[in-house]
Amino acid sequence: MMAIVKQIRRLTLFETLLLLALLLLAAFMSLPIVFIINHAFKPFHELFLFPPTFLVKDPTLTNFYELFMRPVARIVPFSRYLYNSIIVAALSMVAVILSSCMAAYVLSKLQFSLKKAVMAMIMLALMFAPETVAIPRYLIVGWLQLNNTYFGHILPVIASPVAVFLIKQFIDQIPAELLEAAKMDGASELRIFIRIIIPLSMPAIATISIITFQGVWGDASASTLFMQDETMKTLPYYITTLTSGMANTVAGQGMAAAAGLLMFLPNLIIFLFAQRRIMETMVHSGVK
Amino acid sequence: MKEQVAYKAGVAAALKHPAPPSRLQRLLRSLYRERIAYLFMAPFLLCFTAFILLPVLMAILMSFTSYDAFRIPHFTGFKNYISLITQDTVFMKHALPNTIKFAFFVGPIGYLLTFFIAWLIYQLPKSVRDLVTLAIYAPSIAGGIALVVVWQAAFSGDYVGYLNQFLMNYNMIETPVLWLQNPKYLLNVMIVVTIWMGFGVGFLAMLAGFDTVNRELYEAGRIDGISTRLQEVYYITVPSMKPQMLFSAVMAIVGTLKAGAISVQLTGMPITKQYAGHLMLNHIDDYAFIRFELGYASMLSVVLLLFSYAAMKLSYRLFGPKDGE
Repeated sequence: MMAIVKQIRRLTLFETLLLLALLLLAAFMSLPIVFIINHAFKPFHELFLFPPTFLVKDPTLTNFYELFMRPVARIVPFSRYLYNSIIVAALSMVAVILSSCMAAYVLSKLQFSLKKAVMAMIMLALMFAPETVAIPRYLIVGWLQLNNTYFGHILPVIASPVAVFLIKQFIDQIPAELLEAAKMDGASELRIFIRIIIPLSMPAIATISIITFQGVWGDASASTLFMQDETMKTLPYYITTLTSGMANTVAGQGMAAAAGLLMFLPNLIIFLFAQRRIMETMVHSGVK
Repeated sequence: MKEQVAYKAGVAAALKHPAPPSRLQRLLRSLYRERIAYLFMAPFLLCFTAFILLPVLMAILMSFTSYDAFRIPHFTGFKNYISLITQDTVFMKHALPNTIKFAFFVGPIGYLLTFFIAWLIYQLPKSVRDLVTLAIYAPSIAGGIALVVVWQAAFSGDYVGYLNQFLMNYNMIETPVLWLQNPKYLLNVMIVVTIWMGFGVGFLAMLAGFDTVNRELYEAGRIDGISTRLQEVYYITVPSMKPQMLFSAVMAIVGTLKAGAISVQLTGMPITKQYAGHLMLNHIDDYAFIRFELGYASMLSVVLLLFSYAAMKLSYRLFGPKDGE
């Protein structure tokens, strides 16, 4: 703390002004976050107040309670969506980490005949947004009979060019001599991969886990497109049912805010823990 | 008899000097030799093929057909493309101009803004950098769906809407504005909201990129007559962190493509009133999931992919590695 105060004292006029301006900007940018935190804890009567209030005066957990209990009227309880979300997010993270690391290691350190072609495809696919080809994806998921299974949630996530790219850029920094030394000692590719590559690329792995988690945790499209069975859908889908078609009403807002906060908090906590590692990975993120 | 002898001689010769392996054989052999590499890539490559490569190829094929998801698709040549240009008034009058405006502000303008803010943050002392970064990055981690409730409350069209309340308090407007219902405002609200949530991975990449710039270059630049910070950014910072600039440009393209659902989330309707917030992506969903004209919808997907491909080519032209670098 003292260090920060000391540093701030040493600032020039320009830097002080800049700091103030940026703090204002940061406060402005985080308005939605402040709002959703406050809104989620507002008791029912405060949601209806006029003029509308920004900050909560009398915080309660009613909204969360209602969110969990509302399902009496619905067929599928809230906890089922939450459970699905957690399972899908956890399995997707493991699957993406393993598959991307393996692919990235090969692309970075081994020589093989189709390397250029595969790399070119990945670079091109960096700009791929699944939303653009929803129809063929829907058909393919149907053919593979992945509808209403967790595989339908997870397998499409594994196809993540950004994850492979980020890890590959990071593995590129690991000196080839290290791997050659290991090979001289008789280590197999698998052993090198597990003992050297994985531990050394931890920052990149942390980064793609977070990117994957954010993507999966906040994505409603798999639930909407591939899951017809209500019990296989995830939390974001449930939230869209809370918010759609009520643009003009206040009722349900508290619940939607509570659900939104539940969506946001895990992302925030994970990011806070890994901010350093993410920035470390991003240094190598450049497309060369 | 003679033939048999000749045949045997031929076989013997072939055994002694086997014919050079064909290209296919060579490929198969190298595939076998490199089997570990392919084995390692298999999980990713299989999923990549199934959910990215194949869908794109299928979209291209389907774009030349008429297909309603039930009957067998039949080939219609360029008919879909021709009707897009000659008959689709909704596309020409709404989807295309809306998309161009949206993409321009969210893409290039949002990108410049991201760079500018990242640069400003980089001027701060290290200790406060993380905090400011987090505050600006937070809306993008929360993501569209979690924040819908915020935007709906903020832009609500009645007296209770936060923006209306704020503007009326300061006498900037007299009566509440229907931000989400009035076709005049919807697209602008969409742009603001998307930029607000747009400081994502690309933003972090830029921020990290500043760290990769060799500090000595700034010294050298000052000696060579660079006097303002603007010149410094243009001549030293940007060229030094081109790889990161390119990566976040690509991320900006993806972000813009993905953001198409925002109008649906904001208004709660698949098609916005008077097509005010109708983007290409909504047009695709309209034809795919409401009208079930999958061939036509695929053609729209292909056109959208071509647009984004062009944007990517442009980014590479601007920031990509040049020959001899």
